Amino acid sequence: MNKLPEPKQPEKLIDEKGLRIDGRRLDQLRPLKLEVGLLDKADGSAYIEQGKNKILVAVYGPREAHPKHIAMPERAVIRCRYHMAPFSVDERKSPAPSRREMELSKVIRESLEPVVLTDLYPRTTIDVFIEVLQSDGGSRCAGITAASLALADAGIPMKELVAACAVGKIQGKMALDLSDAEDKYGDADLPVALVPNMGLVTLLQMDGNLTTAEFEQGLSMAMEACKTIHSMQRETLKKKYATIKDAVEEREEPEIVA
Amino acid sequence: MEQKTVVDLVTKGKRIDERGLESYRPIQIQVGLIEKANGSAQVYLGKSKVLAGIKIETGEPFPDTPEEGVLTVNAELVPLASPSFEMGPPSEAAIELSRVVDRGIRESKAIDLKSLVIQKGKKVQVVYVDVYVLDHDGNLIDAASMAALAALANSKVAKMEMKGDEVIEKGGHHQLPLNNHPVAVTFAKIDKTIVVDPSLEEEQVMSARLTVTIDKNGHLCAMQKGGLYGFIPDELKRAVNLAVAKAAENRAKVMAAAKG
Repeated sequence: MNKLPEPKQPEKLIDEKGLRIDGRRLDQLRPLKLEVGLLDKADGSAYIEQGKNKILVAVYGPREAHPKHIAMPERAVIRCRYHMAPFSVDERKSPAPSRREMELSKVIRESLEPVVLTDLYPRTTIDVFIEVLQSDGGSRCAGITAASLALADAGIPMKELVAACAVGKIQGKMALDLSDAEDKYGDADLPVALVPNMGLVTLLQMDGNLTTAEFEQGLSMAMEACKTIHSMQRETLKKKYATIKDAVEEREEPEIVA
Repeated sequence: MEQKTVVDLVTKGKRIDERGLESYRPIQIQVGLIEKANGSAQVYLGKSKVLAGIKIETGEPFPDTPEEGVLTVNAELVPLASPSFEMGPPSEAAIELSRVVDRGIRESKAIDLKSLVIQKGKKVQVVYVDVYVLDHDGNLIDAASMAALAALANSKVAKMEMKGDEVIEKGGHHQLPLNNHPVAVTFAKIDKTIVVDPSLEEEQVMSARLTVTIDKNGHLCAMQKGGLYGFIPDELKRAVNLAVAKAAENRAKVMAAAKG
């Protein structure tokens, strides 16, 4: 057997100094890396690393609806597939879509719908493919953050970017952006997606055990984190266009004619 | 025309069936209709009708939880229940329904899975919760959640033991022990108003949906937002607090019915 050793349950999720197993404070995000426009064939693409999450998103469309009967006469139909690679988790996952993946595909789609101006593209589909190459805690949220970047990268008109982040409860305390171990051995998980400028929560799920006060505290922590992530999303897009602008200016330098 | 009426009424604080914005439709619960099931319950929520059946069978534990029994929740949107339900593999809506009901039961630790072990790592009891939607007039999540809880509270388990390598019935039954009583409360956002327990007509015009599942201690154990729009934080906080009160009312009805 070549099986990797199973990660063991940590003795404590928070140490005496109030730090978590990866050394973070309770209100601290994992390191976050965002990229856009890295796939050649897709109309838009994005890549996110958040902790050990490594997720690639491609957007195709607006394109002709296929099969035809799914087309809507007055707007574009967004389709979304959240899918985990077989090697993305400790135990190999069957590549067939699980019920969890089907549910997440639905709620992720519903988290993006409110910002996309679908009525501009009747009778078409916009396909969002989220491939989790390596999964850590909070992969649905990381997927949403990257998916909204990929939609923007595809040039699809949107009201705003959607940013997402989970908050959870570990050792009785609310903590931001849970890692795998914290999710597994913690007491609750509360993933949130936010459209910051509209103040609109477009994804909200919860499992575990929370009091109403803990929920309210968690919701505001998650919303703050979404705002931070949102400014990183904007920077990532700006950087891409700055790079394009530099490249174009270089090419257009006037030639000296003798 | 009808859609406009539903929205107009709600913005005036009224509803098409004359309920208050925070009122449920009448709830009726019957238990034990299916003799061949370990437990069963049928819930009428207004005109929505959901039947839940519990089957408890001997099986193997999951390799990563050798000291726990198994809980499986499935929901079927049976084609006879609505012109919009089709034959074939489970739809997204059916999967979401079963996973939201499952989350409430699992996360509240309603079933003591450790008590379902017959032989550690080898044989356990498997609890199948099958939710059957028979008539769809809206808010299937709450109807299914109450039906599942009533059916579990109504369930009997055969006493089992190992004889050599075989599992045999010792004879006799006992009540399936329940540690918690999770109840889902669902809200719909119609225009800028939040209503509880949306009917089908209201679901057709809602922009977003929120389910909050509350356990018997008044704590949240599951949430799910659905629909193509979202909620502002104040709406969420109000809904969560209202859910605690509504869940307590509905839980009392479910548990009273389950006792028979």
